[in-house]
Amino acid sequence: MVKSLFGVVARYSSGEKLLAAAKQIRGKGYNNVEAYTPYHVEGVVDTLGNKDDRVTWIVFFGGVIGASLGFLLQYYVAVIDYPMNVGGRPNLSWPSFIPVTFECGILCAALSGLVGMLGLNGLPRPHHPIFDAPGIEASGRDKFFLCIEADDPQFSMESVKSDLQATGAESVDEVMSE
Amino acid sequence: MIDQKKSISVEEQFIEGEHTYGTITDKIGAIPLSQHQPKSWFLMMGASLLLLGCLVTAITLLLFVGVGIWGVNNPTGWGFAIVNFVWWIGIGHAGTLISAILLLMRQRWRTSINRVSETMTLFAVMCAGLFPILHLGRPWLAYYLFPYPNGLGMWPQFRSPLVWDVFAVSTYFTVSLVFWFVGLIPDIAVLRDNAKSKIARGISGILAMGWRNSAAHWHRYETLYLLLAGLSTPLVVSVHSIVSFDFAVSILPGWHTTIFPPYFVAGAVYSGFAMVLTLMIPMRAWYGLKDMVTMKHIDWMAKIMLATGLIVGYGYAMEAFYAWYSGSFYEWAMMKNRALGYYAPFYWALIFCNVVTPFFLWFPKVRRTLWVLWIITIVVNIGMWLERFVIVITSLHHDFMPSAWGNFRPMLWDWAIYGGTFGLFLFGMALFMRFVPMLPMAELRHQLHAEKGEREARESEQEREPVGGAH
Repeated sequence: MVKSLFGVVARYSSGEKLLAAAKQIRGKGYNNVEAYTPYHVEGVVDTLGNKDDRVTWIVFFGGVIGASLGFLLQYYVAVIDYPMNVGGRPNLSWPSFIPVTFECGILCAALSGLVGMLGLNGLPRPHHPIFDAPGIEASGRDKFFLCIEADDPQFSMESVKSDLQATGAESVDEVMSE
Repeated sequence: MIDQKKSISVEEQFIEGEHTYGTITDKIGAIPLSQHQPKSWFLMMGASLLLLGCLVTAITLLLFVGVGIWGVNNPTGWGFAIVNFVWWIGIGHAGTLISAILLLMRQRWRTSINRVSETMTLFAVMCAGLFPILHLGRPWLAYYLFPYPNGLGMWPQFRSPLVWDVFAVSTYFTVSLVFWFVGLIPDIAVLRDNAKSKIARGISGILAMGWRNSAAHWHRYETLYLLLAGLSTPLVVSVHSIVSFDFAVSILPGWHTTIFPPYFVAGAVYSGFAMVLTLMIPMRAWYGLKDMVTMKHIDWMAKIMLATGLIVGYGYAMEAFYAWYSGSFYEWAMMKNRALGYYAPFYWALIFCNVVTPFFLWFPKVRRTLWVLWIITIVVNIGMWLERFVIVITSLHHDFMPSAWGNFRPMLWDWAIYGGTFGLFLFGMALFMRFVPMLPMAELRHQLHAEKGEREARESEQEREPVGGAH
């Protein structure tokens, strides 16, 4: 297969240096920038403009839908399909339906959160061009990476490389991917 | 601002020794990828397989013969199965407490111990879930417990705490599994990147699902992790409360009390922390994890045991007091029977294990002497099992009419199946030690960063401010 350029990746030794570099790079007007870090570095997402609060809403609505379905199920069973007189209580004895409603809400919230997080992150995904970056495994160990992607409107090899070098990167490499 | 910083920076070092992001990752990540395990691991695996065999035998016999092989009778229909169910599920609760509640309270020391305790939760809930199903009599019809449209035209009775239990325990297991797995994803990605063998790389590659440590990934991941902690916190409280409703909603003397939910939850945390310590003390020695699971962690877990032990002791006192103060003839008769009747030795052994033993934990020296602490955790585990035994059995065997009284004696197969669940539990833990990073690497890296930042801030502050400097 022909290899094409995915982007240029710079390596840093600490989260602080990465964050400072990300600010500089964004300041120069690059938009398609992504960071790869050994842990969640606070502030990087805001700097790169990738903030996404949809997971929160997915979990919230998952919980609401789960709880509603849980209650409706009990309503259908206890009032419509299988009414039963237990100690003279009304068919719709809602206080005793609270525990199951609650558990259904929690279950759906957690599961939709899992699916939502994975889905929004585009996982599972067998391969990603960034895996072809030299030494990228260290992003799971002790190195911090910043990648300017080739589809950035401002992308030109010379200026990208010199801009990244100017941020104090340990190394700057091209990422060639199939 | 400076004052605030100072107040949080005292004693906030939970990673000892000279560690970097790299050494932490290598240390923990190397264990599942290495071909060599400590000798003690083989010992644990061997013992667990023996007990697991015992469990399989006992369950097979149970399926062929029926619950008659147990000591259950009328009036004591619940017997060992329910005692063990409540005990195991209580043990599971400490895992969720450590991983969720301590996370929300920003107790950073939880980082080193959360993976082990969450795994303990998963296997403890598996052991727990086994018992009510086997106790059904016809376990192959366990699916009757779930609401599904069927030819009988019947539905579960949603006003019954036993049905709530089905929902609570199955939700608890699923959510705990999701929480555990989400926490594991970045660490599996580390294994994927470091594995030498093709099989290890293949399996961890599939499980990591293409995780690539990108900032956008981390952002959504952290959001979800925090939300799952927020969901698990009320969940864990609800689960043991609902388990206690199995008892409290009935009208039996000794069960029908409002103190049960909080008292059960405190007891669950108590036994759970005891079990975490029982596992953690040998594990940190076997795998050389003493830099991450420090004496401070052990000390603080022992303190939580002490605190919850005191709550449990208060629960016993209130149970006895209200049995008398309520003026109910049956309640007071139950209490007298508990303390002086056929099962009195169990009751006093329980008081010794759960109320007297934790008092040793007031002494810092006891909390820091590992073998003494280890023995105390075992004693507390036995004590909590005795508590479940006393609650289930003494109320059932003497209820209202003397003509309906009867004694319960556990049989060989009661013990076999109980011992067997230890096999399942230890087998699971041994597999976990062998194949899964035991401590959360990504979170430890984050914590190391936070601690370093604080140390640097403190040092620069000292440079700036001479002694007695104004704030």
